Amino acid sequence: MKTARFSIYRYDPDKDAKPYMQDYEVELSPTDVKLLDVIVKLKAMDDTLSFRRSCREGICGSDAMNINGKNGLACVTNVADLKQPIELRPLPGLPVIRDLIVDMTQFFKQYHSIKPYVINDTPPPERERLQSPEDREELDGLYECILCACCSTSCPSFWWNPDKFVGPAGLLAAYRFIADTRDEATNERLDNLEDPYRLFRCHTIMNCVDVCPKGLNPTKAIGKIKDLMVKRAV
Amino acid sequence: MTIPVRRFDAVIVGGGGAGLRAALQLSESGLKTAVLSKVFPTRSHTVAAQGGISASLGNVQEDRWEWHMFDTVKGSDWLGDQDAIEFMCRKAPEAVIELEHFGMPFDRLENGKIYQRPFGGHTQNEGEAPVQRACAAADRTGHAMLHTLYQRNVRANTQFFIEWMALDLIRDEDGDVVGVTALEMETGEVYNFHAKGVLFATGGAGRIYAASTNAFINTGDGLGMSVRAGIPLEDMEFWQFHPTGVAGAGVLITEGVRGEGGILLNANGERFMERYAPNLKDLAPRDFVARSMEQEVLEGRGCGPNKDHVLLKLDHLGPDIIKQRLPGIREIAIKFAGVDPIKEPIPVIPTCHYMMGGIPTNYRGEVVIPKGDNPEARVNGFYAAGECACASVHGANRLGTNSLLDLVVFGKSAGDSMVEFIKSEMPTWKPLPANAGQISLDRIARLDNQTGGEEVADVRAAMQRTVQARAAVFRNSENLALGVKEIQEVAERVKRTQIKDKSKVFNTARVEALELENLIEVAVATLISAEARKESRGAHAHADYQERDDEVWMKHTLYYGEDRRLTYKPVHTKPLSVEYIAPKVRTF
Repeated sequence: MKTARFSIYRYDPDKDAKPYMQDYEVELSPTDVKLLDVIVKLKAMDDTLSFRRSCREGICGSDAMNINGKNGLACVTNVADLKQPIELRPLPGLPVIRDLIVDMTQFFKQYHSIKPYVINDTPPPERERLQSPEDREELDGLYECILCACCSTSCPSFWWNPDKFVGPAGLLAAYRFIADTRDEATNERLDNLEDPYRLFRCHTIMNCVDVCPKGLNPTKAIGKIKDLMVKRAV
Repeated sequence: MTIPVRRFDAVIVGGGGAGLRAALQLSESGLKTAVLSKVFPTRSHTVAAQGGISASLGNVQEDRWEWHMFDTVKGSDWLGDQDAIEFMCRKAPEAVIELEHFGMPFDRLENGKIYQRPFGGHTQNEGEAPVQRACAAADRTGHAMLHTLYQRNVRANTQFFIEWMALDLIRDEDGDVVGVTALEMETGEVYNFHAKGVLFATGGAGRIYAASTNAFINTGDGLGMSVRAGIPLEDMEFWQFHPTGVAGAGVLITEGVRGEGGILLNANGERFMERYAPNLKDLAPRDFVARSMEQEVLEGRGCGPNKDHVLLKLDHLGPDIIKQRLPGIREIAIKFAGVDPIKEPIPVIPTCHYMMGGIPTNYRGEVVIPKGDNPEARVNGFYAAGECACASVHGANRLGTNSLLDLVVFGKSAGDSMVEFIKSEMPTWKPLPANAGQISLDRIARLDNQTGGEEVADVRAAMQRTVQARAAVFRNSENLALGVKEIQEVAERVKRTQIKDKSKVFNTARVEALELENLIEVAVATLISAEARKESRGAHAHADYQERDDEVWMKHTLYYGEDRRLTYKPVHTKPLSVEYIAPKVRTF
């Protein structure tokens, strides 16, 4: 029977003076395919091991963590593809609440700061607002974000300025609303980002693109916002 | 020990589709409202819905809400309440248009209107021909809807308590609901939420089964809390098995695949649904398709080395349709089945998916229970909506895409009822009982002090094995009787679970143990309700009673937890404005 070896970041502020790495070894059965399957099994052995999880199919965004140095979702990561010992750490750059559970307040604060909802003050028609398939296609690659924070917590600019830089997830959402033909607030949205930090701290390092478990491209969206800024200025 | 109190006009438990839609009504009404959710709202299981939300918009072909109503009644195998079904189907078009106005990114037709696709059991003119009624955002409709509703709540400044798990309902001596207790997961503190009205929107409980499309969080918390507070559960024998869960992994593959033209094949490469449902074929309702698949496997025509599944073929749709309309399915098939559906079929088996039963409500979202001669007396201050509630619109079998519709229609309706009740009948708060919250503290103290008990994971697995084996697609008297005995034995073990983790901070072991106490209530209710129903109706397919028996069994089951007894109440046969749809033989 195959085994998997782990080294996992542990910290319980209730009893630990400081964080430490704990080693685990577990036998794999044929049904242990995804990393989440195996850490759920670890938790059955040691119920103090703490992490978030829910849908186990990559759509809810709960189980983002740092896996062998790279952010990802445990539920869509094949355990067989990972070099052992598998090193698991909380998402970098956010305060740790316990073990692999981070405090995402700052991340959501930035998401909220871009006004993540369609703004349209024209009274709506009785039926749906019309949108051509081509216009709707502009939202593909944007609306699918699951707010797992893999991208923002892999971004050095977000690490240095989580309070000032919106970060890739928030900026992807900002462009999702700018790109929506039903939204009337493009100018207001650009004003909101016209600042040395909020948008322009993106240095196109592209870690966000590299880690996104949904294959989205925040850097491209950020580029489009920058283009609109330039276009607006001339 | 005194428990700290937080006071609100209204408390909503659950931040999925129903809770968030209700929250908008309450936030806009100016009432002080708290939404408690044990996960960040966009992580709620609504996010995993794929195929669509139904509404007779008629964007592709002629459609009418009356046809939608007929399909829903027939889909429910005449167990659904026809007033609630009429209410939902009539409200569907405006509910979907509202979501569009909120910014939901629906797919579009060439003329700019919302794209609609065919779905199981959706027909024109009472079964004449399939109709395109499912409004879709690719195959991520739940994700698009949940995020849109959350975003709208950001705009409305709704007050969220995120990662707070509700533990117990607080009822006063009159039986009125005056609040709920909740655990702040980050600190381990328990609070009493004192409220004029409480809405449960806590979702499903599919985790009572070993194989389920449901998320880990679907642990029936609202149902467990209700049972402990003396509220009965309705129609708990009816669980939907979705025909197409990925074999082995359990992950959902939307019916929208078949809506777009995908077909099911057995080991002989035969499109077997043509034999079972000559008219609707692969788009018959889910209970019907699931049984047909199981039958193929039982008769030796299953696929794979163990002949234990069938194949969902969609490569003939071509890469463009798959990439445009079913991109999420392709992603899931590659990640969880190891096949690219552009080239190969997906191995699928019927998998537990949805709970038709739940907390008994009327179409206004008010929780109603028997009192004296009245089978449906309102429980003052208590509301429920979404999967945890039983309105009952789904009856014995839910139609695909009616679940998302249920969330927004009844989330809004329950929200409106609450606003009306609080503003007109509740000028001030009824006092909290002196022992409010004690039951929650006792549960936690029991867990912390338990010695010589059993591991939560072991007892949970025993429960899941029992339910999976005894309350499956095909049921029989012997199996159900065994199930009733076995699940009550597991229930005894749940009383002695223990955890090693004693930390105050984000103690997920404690949360899982508390969730198991909810799951087991649901599991016991399921087996006892199923054992008693001696007929076949919708998802309850009984080998020893193969026919539907309207004479005796056209009635709703009510299960009471305190003495594990059953009573029954009549099905609502009077719609709000149209003629009663009389029972017919259910063929497709």
